[in-house]
Amino acid sequence: MKMIEVTGQFGMVCAIGVHEELGSSPERGVVMRKLMAVLGMGVFLFMGVGVVAGAEAAEPSVAEKALFTANNVWMMVSVFLVFIMHLGFATLEAGLTRAKNTVNILFKNTMIVAIGILTYALVGFSLMYPGDAWKIGKAFGFAGMGLSCPEGSAGLIEYAGGSYPYWTDFLFQGMFAATAATIVSGAVAERVKLSSFLIFSAVYVAFVYPVVGSWGWGKGWLDAMNFHDFAGSTLVHSVGGWAALACVLVLGPRAGKYVNGSIKPIMGHNMPLAAIGVFLLWLGWFGFNGGSVLSGDPGAVSYVLTTTTVAAAAGIVGAMAASWTIQKKPDLSMVLNGCLAGLVGITAGADVVSLRAAILIGAIAGVVVVGAVLTFDKMRIDDPVGALSVHLVCGVWGTLAVGMFSPDYGILSQLAGVGAVGVTCFLCAYGIFYGLKVVMGVRVSEDEELKGLDIGEHGMEAYSGFQIFTTT
Amino acid sequence: MKLIVAYIQPEKLNAVKRELYAREVFKISVTNAMGCGQQKGYHESYRGADVEVNLLKKVRLEIAVNEDFVDRTIDGITAGARTGRIGDGKIFILDLPGCVRIRTGERGSEAIG
Repeated sequence: MKMIEVTGQFGMVCAIGVHEELGSSPERGVVMRKLMAVLGMGVFLFMGVGVVAGAEAAEPSVAEKALFTANNVWMMVSVFLVFIMHLGFATLEAGLTRAKNTVNILFKNTMIVAIGILTYALVGFSLMYPGDAWKIGKAFGFAGMGLSCPEGSAGLIEYAGGSYPYWTDFLFQGMFAATAATIVSGAVAERVKLSSFLIFSAVYVAFVYPVVGSWGWGKGWLDAMNFHDFAGSTLVHSVGGWAALACVLVLGPRAGKYVNGSIKPIMGHNMPLAAIGVFLLWLGWFGFNGGSVLSGDPGAVSYVLTTTTVAAAAGIVGAMAASWTIQKKPDLSMVLNGCLAGLVGITAGADVVSLRAAILIGAIAGVVVVGAVLTFDKMRIDDPVGALSVHLVCGVWGTLAVGMFSPDYGILSQLAGVGAVGVTCFLCAYGIFYGLKVVMGVRVSEDEELKGLDIGEHGMEAYSGFQIFTTT
Repeated sequence: MKLIVAYIQPEKLNAVKRELYAREVFKISVTNAMGCGQQKGYHESYRGADVEVNLLKKVRLEIAVNEDFVDRTIDGITAGARTGRIGDGKIFILDLPGCVRIRTGERGSEAIG
């Protein structure tokens, strides 16, 4: 970023030079030293006459600048945490599917991070936060292609009231966009054609996700209705969930899953990976919810992380209870899904519900997810990793729970949000994916599905040299 | 008594099992194997370099049968495993001089069952 309006003071130049390096240097050690330099320069910067073009009359004090830095540090850490959720998704999906498809799973998850970030930079951020550039009521706005940081302190300390600068805003929200897209990859695993999936993801994340997100977070019409979705139970998780449902319906189940009216289990090949994935996702959720406070405010962040954590724990217990009762033996994959269910459930209201309510929301989500997994199978809707049960069903539950457990938000406005997002996302996803089915096909051949997508789509194996013993 | 050994493509195992079950052949043992035929393998690729894969993954079936079951077992395996393409596999029919059921001590044709 170029701060062009340098006014020639040596201190200003140093601070800016350091700040530019801050933006491009990846090493944390270097960043920390630069941070100290910036803070030190802060005093030097504002001692004297230097005026940044376009700034307000009052210069931020040293304390305000320090607070700004502290807030931004927390937001940056949240960026890292939400980013690591992609590793969590990748390992979870790999663990719960068959070894012959692992390369394909990992490839899809890697591509989605790239697609999510790049489309968000190109159009997503502008669609999601149009600012003044609303075009169709408060339902569609577009602030222009690409990213443009406001000049001077409008892009820095004044951008969000001293909480984070423009680039942090983009990066943090961009990480969210990619997580919405990756939900679909689990549901369509083991039979979707790679090219079709990538095209679908690009279109969906570039256009549908940000427009729907703008309704709630970009000051759109849902926000005006007092709809509350703190970190995205509806706007991220159910957006991914509805798309996953649409794609699964268009795609059909895996070969050999539903045979002669009975449900054949297709076991995941690596439970350790699945467990690693879930714990990475839980870790990431500290940033997902914690960063959604949009500042480093100790009270808010610490409370949100507490509700998040107890909901996850309650989700585990709820799922264990349900699984042990219904299936006679406690199922690890159900319990892992239960943890995620609790997390998705609390995501809408982590900041506004009581601790007791958080535990209840998590526990109910844990029970609901077990029921949902079994029900989807009964309905012959094949979801290899439980993405629909965790993200769609519990996303809806979490959003409605805000209306139930918080006195400030009504269940009707929550329901309106859930419904509007649901209808829009499902129809858009169905349309896009069905169009792809007609134009290029969305499913691999039966032969390739049996041989494994690793060989079919990628010409390589995930476990080269290992003998994989399967009967499916 | 005969021992039927068959090498098939791994992804055909389910289909072969189904065909055998339909012909009332239930007792099968399955192991992983590697092998190749006249074509000596195929090409894979890894990070830009071609990998010549000479030993391909196969599945080996062993089925001990009485004389009257030999034909239907071979039919079943063939029906399940044939695709018409190279790599469908081979079936070997070996003579089986003796067989014992461990649980009861039965010998001969009754042990095969």
